[in-house]
Amino acid sequence: MSRQELEQLGIKIGLEIHIQLTKLKTKLFCGCNADYRDMPPNTYVCPVCLGLPGSLPSVNKKAVEFAIMLGLALNSKISNKTLFYRKNYFYPDMPKNFQISQYNKAGGVPIALGGQMILKFKEYDKRINITRLQLEEDPGRISYDGTILSSPIAYIDYNRAGITLIEVVTEPDFETPEEARIFLQKLRSIVEHLGIADLSLEGSMRCDANISLYGKNRVEIKNISSYKDVQAALNAEIIRQKNIYKHGGEIKQETRHWDSDKKRTFTLRTKEEEQDYRYFPEPDLLPIEISSEMITSIEENMPELPDDRINRFIKEYKLPRYDAEVLVITKSLADFYEDVVKKYQKPKEVSNWIMSDLMRHLNTLNIEINDSKICADDFIELLNLIDKGTISGKLAKRILQLMMESGKKPMEIAKEKGLLRINDLKKIQEFINKVFNTQPKAVSDAKKDPKAIHFLVGQVMKLSNGRCDPQITNKLIKEALNKI
Amino acid sequence: MIRHYHTIRDLIAEYKSGNKTVEDTIIETFDRIDKVENKVNAFILTLKNEAIQRAKELDKTLKKSGRKTKGKLFGIPIAIKDNICFKNYPTTCASKMLENYIPPYNATVIKKLLDEGAIIVGKTNMDEFAMGTTCESSYFGVTHNPWALDRVPGGSSGGSGAALASGEVPLALGSDTGGSIRCPASFSGVVGLKATYGLVSRYGLIAYACSLEQIGPMATNVSDCKDIFDVIVGNDPMDSTTISKEEMEQYLKKSFKDFPNSKGKFTFGIPKELLGEGIDPEVKKSVWDAIKLLEDLGGSYEEISIPSIDYSIACYYIIAMAEASSNLARFDGIRYGFRSEDKGNWNEVFANNRLAFGKEVRRRIMLGTYALSAGYYDMYYLKALKLRTLLIQEFEKHLKKFSFLICPTMPILPFKLGEAVNDPLTMYLADICTVPINITGLPALSIPCGFSQGLPIGLQIIGNYYEEYKIFQIADLYEKNAHTKNTFPKI
Repeated sequence: MSRQELEQLGIKIGLEIHIQLTKLKTKLFCGCNADYRDMPPNTYVCPVCLGLPGSLPSVNKKAVEFAIMLGLALNSKISNKTLFYRKNYFYPDMPKNFQISQYNKAGGVPIALGGQMILKFKEYDKRINITRLQLEEDPGRISYDGTILSSPIAYIDYNRAGITLIEVVTEPDFETPEEARIFLQKLRSIVEHLGIADLSLEGSMRCDANISLYGKNRVEIKNISSYKDVQAALNAEIIRQKNIYKHGGEIKQETRHWDSDKKRTFTLRTKEEEQDYRYFPEPDLLPIEISSEMITSIEENMPELPDDRINRFIKEYKLPRYDAEVLVITKSLADFYEDVVKKYQKPKEVSNWIMSDLMRHLNTLNIEINDSKICADDFIELLNLIDKGTISGKLAKRILQLMMESGKKPMEIAKEKGLLRINDLKKIQEFINKVFNTQPKAVSDAKKDPKAIHFLVGQVMKLSNGRCDPQITNKLIKEALNKI
Repeated sequence: MIRHYHTIRDLIAEYKSGNKTVEDTIIETFDRIDKVENKVNAFILTLKNEAIQRAKELDKTLKKSGRKTKGKLFGIPIAIKDNICFKNYPTTCASKMLENYIPPYNATVIKKLLDEGAIIVGKTNMDEFAMGTTCESSYFGVTHNPWALDRVPGGSSGGSGAALASGEVPLALGSDTGGSIRCPASFSGVVGLKATYGLVSRYGLIAYACSLEQIGPMATNVSDCKDIFDVIVGNDPMDSTTISKEEMEQYLKKSFKDFPNSKGKFTFGIPKELLGEGIDPEVKKSVWDAIKLLEDLGGSYEEISIPSIDYSIACYYIIAMAEASSNLARFDGIRYGFRSEDKGNWNEVFANNRLAFGKEVRRRIMLGTYALSAGYYDMYYLKALKLRTLLIQEFEKHLKKFSFLICPTMPILPFKLGEAVNDPLTMYLADICTVPINITGLPALSIPCGFSQGLPIGLQIIGNYYEEYKIFQIADLYEKNAHTKNTFPKI
């Protein structure tokens, strides 16, 4: 659907994003190691994160600092006193059957309130208002043998229980799924620039979306796991709601579950089944005082944020704004870019390479630059090989693909696959002779019409798998034609 | 027998002089326990072999060190309320829910006691999850009051109170959420302190209502009570609600220049709400006798009014039950605790497992859940918090003027067994003198001040925040002059 079409639907979307602060060494309320991924189940646990009787939480100060950093980056107002609240509900992934979280009602004060992010599109700028930021603990994970319905057993792993989450809640300011996607991408870039989380880790960023059409009832969609997913899930939900509306049906207020395999949403619970979480202030934790000195000191030590980096790229590398924005929205890509440019000082050329071929291969492989097998030094070598004429620009594209698949060095691939450029006159002449012998018609055409020479050059390139130096080939063909 | 010693300090002196071994003490302790336990039922668990083993080790260290010891509780037997986690031994909260629960860690207070050489001889009976005033709701049977076996010992730390009164142990730990140390201290004729909120770590105390409760010392005399207090008090990084080391040094003073003043005089207030209507005449008489004695000892009193006390029972039960409903949510039988047959969906599994809770616990969970529910939160919980602020202001006003406030600990004599257990309202109302102290977070000590029909009566001394040592000072003075020290029933 085009933006104009979408506008007619009166879409309002709000997001709630949960981000694991994966750069913290310990959990939110205990000293357990927070780097729980790939560990045997229930090994990174203690009485506190297992909620054993008598245990008490104590707040990870670094988590508070990280949350303040994100608040500042989103232009939020940092609370000078923030409180933890208990969110009460029964589920076996919560060892205490309540989650220590924050709340904005009943006297609760989250760590940061308000804020905004500006999204830039070709035709317009969009301001998304942030409602609040809050700290909370992640629950454990439940898994089953097969499906939840058929499994005789439920397995619970509490390694994740107590991991620090920061929840970012936005106002319902999004009017298209694309805006939601760009917001998530930019949020991720901000988080990664702050160094508070690596969101390439599986499950480190999770999103719930609230969406309403035509001013009707609001539907909440859960289980969205990435910025790519958010657009797909919202599109699917828009189509569903549009169809109901078209046929005169009622859009029910409910919570739906996004199934990214089936590409559709399913009812999770209706309004009547919504839980009463019985929020109340966590009596085991004192309010956290955040002094203006603390905020100032954090502010002074903030790393460079994406918007500043974009401006620097424009100024320092003379990149078009578009290039700078595409690079910086993925921090790892921007880092890769700068690693390359440091040693290979043709910034625009590097940007072209990354934005076209490199990104295309990453998309095809569905990976991020950090997970790909290519490193900055190899990429620089590739560019140098083109400059030296050792390989052609066209073959370099193929070599790049092979580098990303195999992790081998460009020269190694070029040699192995016989992709080195042929400068040797004798060898080129041999290819020319073969073409002249097999294509007499083309030769006689070229004698009459100099423009037809390009066809012969193309034939030589084809025969040599693009390896012959095109300038030399051109010259030698002209000479050969003159001799006829 | 241990109760022949005036204080634990005397007992430690005997060890040092070589007149007595720690092992002797422990053997005597268990002889006594064996003798009276079938009548009293103060313990859920006794640890005879472990205690004797530890006693032998302590005797060895004593010998090696040339009879020198630094432990403030060296070789002293102590009983622990069964809601305080003792690593590798069942900690049941007197509930079927936790009958087989074995904590893998020690409460901070347990570590502190062990570091000072104390010997844990057992875990004492209590009301299930510390919810009660009579010690009758225990899954492991009732505890009897050693002064009158057909009476309750008070609750919820009834086992600790009874173990002290019957001479089974010289020291015990209790916990006090709404009077659970002071009530059994009063009913069983011993000394018990609820310290200022934040002075004693709650890490390892199985929570009933976290914003109200403190672990506290119980003993048969003021000196011993103070000695355990000294050991368990202090900042704990594992409990964020304990006050910092710096604050501790600043606030918790051991001596008071103006108390008693140069002429040996001091003042105290008597809240009329706690010594008027609804107080048993026998209790009133005993407390007035105590007031007269305090006057003779240099005190002068004024009757004062703290009007919000009238609402304190409602305020206390709303806060306590609300917190309890959340604190006890973790007992779902999934990870530990009572596990019924796994049938149905998660909610059904939870519901079946939670049937292991007793009647009173269920009542409080349900009421607390109700009080926190959407639409009722403002009406109950927030109002209770407002009253809490008001009550603090009213108490602080008087505690600025007076050194102490004096009142009975319990408005009545100990209930007969079975008398109150099925009448929750009567039971809740009996907490009128103790709950304001938990709501405000103030310190208060209960000390025996007389008898009626052979049943002990307790005097409650309320001090300002962090003035525990001033309370000990006056309690010590009173105890010496009232001759209430180490009085034991014949049993």
